[in-house]
Amino acid sequence: MLGLSQQALLRLPWRRSLESIALPVIALTAALIIFGGFCAMAGANPFQVYGSIYKAAFGRWSAWQHTLILSAPLMLTALCTALPARLGLVIIGNEGALVMGGLAAMATGLGLGITLPPLMVQLAMAAAGMAAGGLWIMLAGALRYYRGVNETISSLLLNYIAIAIMNHLVEGPMRDASFVIKPSSAELDPANWLGAIPGSRIHFGLLYGLVVCLLAYVLIQRTPFGFAARIVGGNIRAARIAGLPVGKLTLAICFLGGSAAGLAGMVEVAAVQKRINQSLVSNYGYAGILVAFVSRHNPLATILAAILLGGILASGGILQRSHNLPDATVLVFQGIVFLCVLYSESLYGKFPCFREGEG
Amino acid sequence: MDTLAQLSPTPTRLQAPPQLDVVDITKQFGRFTALDQVSMTLKPGSIHALLGENGAGKSTLVKCVMGFYKPTAGQVLLDQQVSIINSPRDAHAYGIGMVYQHFTSVPAMTVAENLVLSRYDRQTVINWKQEFEQLGAFMAQSPFHIDLTIPVAHLAAGQKQKLEILKQLYLKCRILILDEPTSVLTPGEADEVLGLLRSDVVQDNLSVLLITHKFREVQAFADEVTILRKGKLAGQGAVKDLTVNAMAEMMLGEAGNAKAIAKLPPETRTPVLSILNLHANRDNGLPAVRGVNLTVHTGEIVGIAGVSGNGQRELVEVLAGQRQSTTGRIEVNGESYRGTREEMFRHQVYALPEEPLRNACVPTMSVAENMALRTFDQPPQVKWRWLLILKAIRQMAQGLVKAFSVKTPSLETPISYLSGGNVQRTVLAREISSESVKLLIAANPCFGLDFSAVDFIHNALVDARNRGVAVLMMSEDLDELLSLADRILVMSDGELVYESEIDQADLGIIGQRMAGH
Ligand SMILES: Nc1ncnc2c1ncn2[C@@H]1O[C@H](COP(=O)(O)OP(=O)(O)OP(=O)(O)O)[C@@H](O)[C@H]1O
Ligand SMILES: [Mg+2]
Repeated sequence: MLGLSQQALLRLPWRRSLESIALPVIALTAALIIFGGFCAMAGANPFQVYGSIYKAAFGRWSAWQHTLILSAPLMLTALCTALPARLGLVIIGNEGALVMGGLAAMATGLGLGITLPPLMVQLAMAAAGMAAGGLWIMLAGALRYYRGVNETISSLLLNYIAIAIMNHLVEGPMRDASFVIKPSSAELDPANWLGAIPGSRIHFGLLYGLVVCLLAYVLIQRTPFGFAARIVGGNIRAARIAGLPVGKLTLAICFLGGSAAGLAGMVEVAAVQKRINQSLVSNYGYAGILVAFVSRHNPLATILAAILLGGILASGGILQRSHNLPDATVLVFQGIVFLCVLYSESLYGKFPCFREGEG
Repeated sequence: MDTLAQLSPTPTRLQAPPQLDVVDITKQFGRFTALDQVSMTLKPGSIHALLGENGAGKSTLVKCVMGFYKPTAGQVLLDQQVSIINSPRDAHAYGIGMVYQHFTSVPAMTVAENLVLSRYDRQTVINWKQEFEQLGAFMAQSPFHIDLTIPVAHLAAGQKQKLEILKQLYLKCRILILDEPTSVLTPGEADEVLGLLRSDVVQDNLSVLLITHKFREVQAFADEVTILRKGKLAGQGAVKDLTVNAMAEMMLGEAGNAKAIAKLPPETRTPVLSILNLHANRDNGLPAVRGVNLTVHTGEIVGIAGVSGNGQRELVEVLAGQRQSTTGRIEVNGESYRGTREEMFRHQVYALPEEPLRNACVPTMSVAENMALRTFDQPPQVKWRWLLILKAIRQMAQGLVKAFSVKTPSLETPISYLSGGNVQRTVLAREISSESVKLLIAANPCFGLDFSAVDFIHNALVDARNRGVAVLMMSEDLDELLSLADRILVMSDGELVYESEIDQADLGIIGQRMAGH
């Protein structure tokens, strides 16, 4: 009757899956080539630069460890863009949510001190960081849903507000007067530091990142909540006909995204910084936006993209030391990757070879 | 600019449009053959109708001609010359233009701006004075007349469709392809549009390839007809030599005369849906629904007739949960109803809105996922409240695809790849397959469907009614309402201005009320 076997009905759309792998890879390759041109102009041999990047990022186990340490917060901040994107929102408040999460986690950690076992303190810090980051991004979601304020702009502005709040706190109420290098909060009690995974230098934050990305994937793909979010993101009119609570979903998914970035803030203060100061604002938030776009907002792909970008960030020092390239070179590379990936977004469905059932 | 010369009002007789031959076109999507060696000829200065069931391959055929799709095999000839058409732009260069089922104009811009925008040879600076002179001259000798200065958003559906056609004529198309141009129009508007095109065709200025599901239009306006069945050529010939029955038989492969299900007398009549003094606004804030009061009972089909744009769409949107009412109450089974998912489920309320792809589907999601829109949070599709059982979703979809003959390459195909009629069937399967439906709200449920599907839906609606479902149905097709409804109402300017049991309905008065008298 259908002229099709049941088997054909159940066939998986592998061409489209292939497309969503091939296009980011092509975009990254293009970025590498353009970056090579940039290096050549700056007087370095592109191929040697590629070699150094590879060596510094993935060449040895110690390089891998460095890369993974840098990728841990990226996995988490990326979700701050990736999750709301499933609902059709473009949130770029990752940096702000990370800062707020770090602040809340630190306040909790300092407040609890050693009154509780370290694991409990760390859990409390994580919970506080997630709540703070979540509420921060939920604010952008609420402005969007109730007042129609563009969520991209509001979340961007919230970044500046978060950083200003942090500066105010470390220069005032939270300042540790005995620490003179730069205005900072007191140090987290060493008992509460997030330690390293046994046998490596990598802190447990990586585990947080991996687990949260996996959970996010399951949430989006395998739960009614994720299904509902995808309906709202795909067609809000259809969502309304299905009676879905669009407002609640918007707030919930913004909260979840923000809480992932907030957790990244907790990881950074508990595992790396140990104090709150300007160094908490280290571009993990903005790099997370890039990771989210490279991974096309798929939380599993986010893990890979975060490791890749972590590697690029890890190679920053070597570019300066062995090729005499300026410090900001990795940022240039990051920017080129971003542009190439954004451009590649416009190419989906344009190549006949990837089109469902064509050719 | 040569436009001025060509568009001058002096009736310069243009040379006749080229003859279009489609020769042995085959189009495969993966292993699925959408077109199998189809040939046809569009003679200069004629209207050629393309008929076929939903999913027969009509749109695919014209998309091959337009260069949207690259045919797997076969050729397109223009005046016997092999023509390579790789994109709609190439097609335009050959003077072939197409009007789609959906509107493609920019609503916020005026008619003139839309016309200029549609041109391929965009200039950096637009000389509006000159453009307006040329547009004026063009309008003066075009078959339709639309005020150039009003924004497209303010045009009625018929006007918008005329604008789409005008756009192609403005681009100097000599061969016009229309894909179901009339399914968004009332019969009156359709006759007007096709009649005006017909007069242009008779003067040998234009050839038209017309896809439609309406035999009436074929008989009234077309010279020749080509009939497709499951991607194969099923018949061809002059319209005057063919009866409606003969054409229907070629479309279906058999004399498919589905038995209409008879309406049973209702057992009990309890009110299901009560609308009390309901008001709602249009998108632009002006009132659309103005004080509607209405009750729909179990086992009854209530039909609302009216010319489009009189508030029916907004009324349906309020009932379906897509629009907020300004004042008034909706009650279902005596309880206040706000269209939340929980209420929809508790009262078993379903909806068949018009334009299903825009209103009731997620275009990027698969057929199976779209079929699960109502049920994904209910067992067996969800376990332990938090785990989707994808297998259960696929199983249900597989059953629905079979039961409703949805033609789709696979369950995983994004629904936007399906033919118009098959999108409609997908939504229909989702909304009326449940045994427990209590209230169904339908708006123009048969737009864009072939006649066998129309019979299928009509029967499904009557069957639901016989089971005790309360059905509220808006339609711009009066005949449809007269044959299905138990009670008919007329909506005009946001108010219900006529009500009658169907056996006492007075066609004359209905017509007057629809026209606003
Ligand atoms: N891009 C595509 N990929 C896969 N299958 C497709 C694609 N486009 C169309 N099809 C399939 O080809 C068949 C013919 O579709 P087509 O749109 O030509 O039908 P149609 O005759 O226009 O039907 P309708 O009257 O419903 O508009 C359908 O079964 C459809 O699912
Ligand atoms: Mg079609």
